Amino acid sequence: MNAPVTPHKLIKGATGDWEMVIGMEIHAQVVSNSKLFSGASTAFGGEPNSHVSLVDAAMPGMLPVINEECVRQAVRTGLGLNARINLRSVFDRKNYFYPDLPQGYQISQYKSPIVGEGEVIVELEGGRTATVGIERLHLEQDPAKMLHDRSPSMSLVDFNRCGVALMEIVSKPDIRDAEQAKAYVTKLRSILRYLGTCDGDMEKGNLRADVNVSVRRPGGPLGTRCEIKNMNSINFIGQAIEYEARRQIEILEEGGTIDQETRLFDPGKGETRSMRSKEEAHDYRYFPDPDLLPLEFSQAFVDELKTKLPELPDQKKARFIADLALSPYDAGVLVAERESAEFYEAVLARLADRARDGKLAANWVINELFGRLNKEGRDITGSPVSSEQLAAIVDLIGEATISGKIAKDLFEIVWQEGGDPRALVEARGMKQVTDLSAIEKVVDDIVAANPDKVAQAKAKPQMIGWFVGQVMKSSGGKANPQAVNDLLKSKLGL
Amino acid sequence: MTDLTSLTIAEARAGLANKSFTARELTDAHLAAIEAARVLNAYVLETPDRAREMAKAADEQIGKGEGGPLAGIPLGIKDLFATRDIRTTACSKILGNFVPPYESTVTSQLWRDGAILLGKLNNDEFAMGSSNETSCFGPVVNPWRREGSNTHLVPGGSSGGSASAVAALLCMGATATDTGGSIRQPAAFTATVGVKPTYGRCSRWGIVAFASSLDQAGPIARTVRDSAILMRSMAGHDPKDTTSVDIGVPDYEAAIGKSVKGMKIGFPKEYRLDGMPAEIEKLWSEGAAWLKAAGAELVDVSLPHTKYALPAYYIVAPAEASSNLARYDGVRYGLRVPGRSIGEMYESTRAGGFGDEVRRRVMIGTYVLSAGYYDAYYLRAQKVRTLIKKDFEDCFAKGVNAILTPATPSAAFGVGEKGGADPVEMYLNDIFTVTVNMAGLPGIAVPAGKDAQGLPLGLQLIGRPFDEETLFSLGKVIEQAAGRFTPPRWW
Repeated sequence: MNAPVTPHKLIKGATGDWEMVIGMEIHAQVVSNSKLFSGASTAFGGEPNSHVSLVDAAMPGMLPVINEECVRQAVRTGLGLNARINLRSVFDRKNYFYPDLPQGYQISQYKSPIVGEGEVIVELEGGRTATVGIERLHLEQDPAKMLHDRSPSMSLVDFNRCGVALMEIVSKPDIRDAEQAKAYVTKLRSILRYLGTCDGDMEKGNLRADVNVSVRRPGGPLGTRCEIKNMNSINFIGQAIEYEARRQIEILEEGGTIDQETRLFDPGKGETRSMRSKEEAHDYRYFPDPDLLPLEFSQAFVDELKTKLPELPDQKKARFIADLALSPYDAGVLVAERESAEFYEAVLARLADRARDGKLAANWVINELFGRLNKEGRDITGSPVSSEQLAAIVDLIGEATISGKIAKDLFEIVWQEGGDPRALVEARGMKQVTDLSAIEKVVDDIVAANPDKVAQAKAKPQMIGWFVGQVMKSSGGKANPQAVNDLLKSKLGL
Repeated sequence: MTDLTSLTIAEARAGLANKSFTARELTDAHLAAIEAARVLNAYVLETPDRAREMAKAADEQIGKGEGGPLAGIPLGIKDLFATRDIRTTACSKILGNFVPPYESTVTSQLWRDGAILLGKLNNDEFAMGSSNETSCFGPVVNPWRREGSNTHLVPGGSSGGSASAVAALLCMGATATDTGGSIRQPAAFTATVGVKPTYGRCSRWGIVAFASSLDQAGPIARTVRDSAILMRSMAGHDPKDTTSVDIGVPDYEAAIGKSVKGMKIGFPKEYRLDGMPAEIEKLWSEGAAWLKAAGAELVDVSLPHTKYALPAYYIVAPAEASSNLARYDGVRYGLRVPGRSIGEMYESTRAGGFGDEVRRRVMIGTYVLSAGYYDAYYLRAQKVRTLIKKDFEDCFAKGVNAILTPATPSAAFGVGEKGGADPVEMYLNDIFTVTVNMAGLPGIAVPAGKDAQGLPLGLQLIGRPFDEETLFSLGKVIEQAAGRFTPPRWW
């Protein structure tokens, strides 16, 4: 096992420090129009049982046929995870009985997955990073959805989701604390969304995680692990890990042993509780699905997909730092979500002078726009200020038509009322005054009206700030601050 | 006019074309024959209305000169094939009155070519059996009887209904399926011709699955030519079955009568069993002599892993079956026996819906796939399978065109006579046929003679992958030498 070198959180127990060892299985629903082995639609939110083919319902004599788009999506994902792509993989049957599984088996990949080992670099607080190894990625069918609350005596089954393609992405046990775990899911989700292979919608369950947690003495032999199933919130994952690690430490410190088991996280109580023990675990009787030939494709097929891969967050971040001199932090914030990066790039594309104002644009996107969106609980896709409008505002600042202060007012107007920023500046007389004679008149008036302050300023040059403020106020904020400063210095003889 | 039901497909095709009779007359003759032969229990569902509708359409097409290759030919369909809007049960209680809203690829191709559906034919439950005694509709009776005896004999299985109906003139031909011998063994027991095509030659889509890697559809008919005619319509690539193979379907009928001169026919010593009836041994030699007389060269070949085929088959087939049959759970269609919990519902439904033999195989299959046993059983059986396949490949690589073997180790036996105490006794029926399924090869069973009690016996020819044509050519030679055999009508 590759022990990560990144410093991580240890838990202080009564008997000394403990270290967590965490591995994750992420189930990511594949973005595709139809299901993994049938032509039925994958659209979310249809009438129950309206997207069900004969294959999905496991009618007698029905056979699965692989959806090639799902294969391409899995390969793209593998490439995005810097992973080995297996040109030959095998679909197996995972056998168990449950009403959400009409065939009585899930078609999955067991011994020969489509994607092998890879790695993900995750960003941590304070600019640190950690590398998490990927063990494998395989394709499998999503089961149907059970509805237990619609009838007092029966459970209902909605087969719409049944057979939709899932990618199960299994990490190596390289994760060492809750922060890393959360950062890993965040990063993986970001990569999937950049690739367009999974929409990452955790609320809809389109991205969910099983988290394996064990504890040990730092660097010591591995402990027995427990698996926390079906987590669909990054925050809950953090809470569940913290709780679970402490629960295990408590047992171990009291001389007990950990039972290998599957647990569920109760977000209301912030606790994990036992779901089933190892003894109750299913024997899935995996064997190669005889209805499907091994999945084989050429290296050329992989290479073709590789050439069409979009720029991924790590590459984009590096480019922002190198080309636009953004700080690693700012670049990281911009690339974290695909939509944010796309918005920023749309602003960049519209700037009159990218080299001059690229960094300014980044500040405006991060501080003004994201700040405002966060305050209102909206996301970038619902931004009232378009990339075009924001680019215009940045242009206006960059070319010194308006001051930064006026720009904030302008931003507010655009946010509230919309409109073309340049036209607004014109119409509302927000242009910065750079005409020295006009500014000089204001400066002269203020100097003349405040002889006492002038005297003070001669003794205490910081007093110039008060004069600047007065001039700006009097000019409605439109005076060029640099020009005001220069004029005041000469008038006050500083 | 002779009895229309006794015509071959080729003869009926000519008669329909020159307007000697109509598809309606041909169909009515068969419907009357079916009605008079219910004691054989060959049909589990008669579809006279559908048959007459289809006959009317066929007559119209023939009248316009637009009849397909099977226009007006009445057929029986094994109840394993899904037939749209017509009950399909696999002869299992668990499917109850299941009526599929879809048509299997193979049958849809038959209807495309103008064939007529007379009804659904009996089979062993989920095609598991070698005597057609495991059907939930009761056993099928073989139209053949021992000379001087009234004892009901089995027609073989699992396509017992198909074989019995074809032999008793209750249809001109029938669809069947073969997982371990289910076409060839009943063909041999009823003096009919049965073809198990190369795996992948016919689509499996819409056929109730038994063991996916072994199942293959094929025809049962009264002559080699008729079986070739049916094969041409049944075969073909189907994008809905990824194991079906995308190669063109030849005109199989053109292979009939083609010279077999210079062909090398393998004679495998491993198929000579201890205690095999002398009559079968004699028949086998006779078959070899006939082929030799036709110009073929007989060569001794060895298929050393033959003895492991049956045990390996009885691991692979039940393993796949245990998984394939998991869908019959009472949740979506078919039988549901209510329970207080989902587990109880599953248990009661499956206990109530599956017969003894199916339950036995589901249990064997579950066992051999379970953790800790997988490597010892399933994996090993798959390795044996590879070796069996290699045996044949080695043989063909030496220039052998086909291999001649007996079709069965015995003639038909009495209903209730075998397998009561020991299921293996029944499984041994497939000893000459399972190797062909394990290797995915084509095989044909052709009637070749009778035993001392007057019961038919068959020979099997095993071919190279996708070389069914050679089997038809060779089969025709045997048919010509042995003659045709028709059971005296007693029902």
